Parts: sequence; C-alpha cells; structure tokens
Amino acid sequence: MDQIPAIAGVFAYLSLLTIGGGMAAFPEMKVLVIETHRWLTYPQLIHIYSVGQMSPGPNMMMVATIGERVAGIPGALVAAFAFFVPTGILTLAVGGLWKRLEQWPWRASIQKGLAPVAIGLAVAGLITFGRTAVTGWVTVAVALIVFAGAMRTRLNPALLILGGALVGAVALR
Amino acid sequence: MSEISILAIFGVFLQIGATSFGGGVVAYLRSALVTKKKWLTDTEFLELMSLSNTLPGLNATNMAILAGQRLRGTPGAVAAMIGMCLPALILMTAAGFAYGAEGSRPLVTAMLRGVAAAATGLIAATWYQIGKKTVKGFYEAFFILAAILGINYFKLSVPIVLLSVGAVSIFAFRPRKPGDHRKEEHAWIRSLQ
Repeated sequence: MDQIPAIAGVFAYLSLLTIGGGMAAFPEMKVLVIETHRWLTYPQLIHIYSVGQMSPGPNMMMVATIGERVAGIPGALVAAFAFFVPTGILTLAVGGLWKRLEQWPWRASIQKGLAPVAIGLAVAGLITFGRTAVTGWVTVAVALIVFAGAMRTRLNPALLILGGALVGAVALR
Repeated sequence: MSEISILAIFGVFLQIGATSFGGGVVAYLRSALVTKKKWLTDTEFLELMSLSNTLPGLNATNMAILAGQRLRGTPGAVAAMIGMCLPALILMTAAGFAYGAEGSRPLVTAMLRGVAAAATGLIAATWYQIGKKTVKGFYEAFFILAAILGINYFKLSVPIVLLSVGAVSIFAFRPRKPGDHRKEEHAWIRSLQ
C-alpha cells in the first residue's frame, strides 16, 4: 500500500513519454520499474508487456498488471488512472484547440516534425525490448516468422502471438 | 446529422475495447466510426489520427477521446474513453492475479518467452510499415536515426531525446512558404495512409 504514491508518480510520468505509442516509454519504464523501484525482475516486465500486446483496447493496460503485482487492485486502478487520465485531459484540451488552429502554419510542422521522432523512439524502445526478448535461435525464428506473417498476411496479430506461445511451450522449456 | 447519444458512443467504444484483440485498434476504429456508423468522414478520421500521433498517449485512447469529443464534446470523450479502457482494465488486472499464481511453473515461463519473441516481431512489423510511409526524404530518416542513437547508443533518457530531437525536427519542418497550409497538411496526412 505504501507504494501507491510511487505507482501514481511513475505511471503518470511514463504516460507523458508515449508519443506515437507505448513502446517509446519502454526504456524509461525499464529503469523505473526494474532499477529504481524493483517492482519486477526484467524478465517479468518483458512477459507482462508482451501479454499486454494481446489485450483488446489500449495495449498499455499492462500498467494495471504491474500495479496489481505491487499493490493489489488499488495498485491496478491507480496505475491505470495515472497512465491514462492526465494524458487524456491533455488530449481533450488540445483536441478542442487544434480545430481553431487550422490556419496556423506551425500546425503541420509539429505533426511532420514529431512523426519521425515518434518512430525513432518506438524503434529504440523495441531494440531495448528485443535485446532481452530475442535470445537464441528459437526466439529469433519466432520473431522473424511473426514479422513476416504480420507483413504478408492479414491474420489477426493476436493469433500470431498465440502461435509464439505454442512454439515457446514446445521448444523453450 | 441528428445528435448521437452518449450511450451509443459508449456502446461502440466498449465493443471496440472488448474485441480489438492483437493491437490494430486503429483499424477497428476506422471500420466502426467511418464505415459502419458513418459518424466521421475518412478525412476527419485521418486528421484526428495525425493529431493523436502527435500527442502523448496511446492511439487507442487518444482516438477515443478525439472522436468522442468531435461527436458530443467532453461527455462524449469521457464515454468513449471509459468504454475503450474498461474491458482491458478488467482483463489486465486479472492477468496480474494469474501471473502471481503462476509462480515458477516452467511451462508458463516458456510460453511467455515465446509470446515476448512474437511481440517483438509484431511490433517491428507495425513500425516498419509506419516508417516506410513516413520517410519521404533525408530529414525523416535522419531524425528517426537520431532518436534511436540517442536512446540506444548515447543512453540518453527518453524525455531528453524527445525534447531535443523533437525541437530540432519541428524546426527542420518549419513553415517555409506562404500559401494554403491547410491544403498542404491534408496532402501530407493522406500520403501517410
């Protein structure tokens, strides 16, 4: 229970970094959750993050899983609230303003300028993630096959991830 | 267009929040809001999408808020946001319980390792596709690389990279010539699809 304020602080801060998506915040999440607060081990974080990718709705609701692990249901609720509500209010405020800035020349500049930065941050997060998630030939093969499957087929990505679980069950024990 | 009820907005987003397995929430949103319900035009949807990408927060929730706001103001945004988040909140809290009970069963750990490897491949595919559409010249490629190196090579923190590379990048794409910015912005947004 004494971790509740820390949960609120960590996830509210992380949410501000999720430009373009949750992966951008992953390197910072790793530092705060693993090293600073020692709420999880690194493999646990990787597992929970990955399971979150299968969830319907926002794929970063895995913050509730971390909150639950640390402080039960109150922890889950605080983590989700901290992660989604402050940025939600920001989006609501900017959403109203944005329409009125239609003729502001910098509007396009901000969107064009942040697009590559968002991609770079996501790829950087993915590299941090992949260094631990992809080790040894089985996991390399799974990652490559899922990559190809997502690029070339219209299979539901959740099925590809479940396929990874099956391969893991057989080949990674 | 007759006014859309808050309950209808909540219902649609709850359905998407409960069924959009596997990531691609944006595709589910587009199909529901543009194709089925016709609450937004495709151009409106893409504009909101572009703003959603520019702001902190996930596309799933940012799009729920922006679309809900466009449809029924703040109450619409709140209804859409709650609908979008509720199923995942319940599911992922339950996942915490399950994970705690799992303990050290080797089978579960092995499956989770497979899931993590698969997630890596999936996320890589998503960003490869977004990257391919976004990179139109030297600047885009340069700033993507700058952000990656900042984090993974120079070990800078995310906010420092975001603020520094972001500021330089916005400056590099600064408005240059007078003219119809609106039209230009539109053309750019369309080109990302």
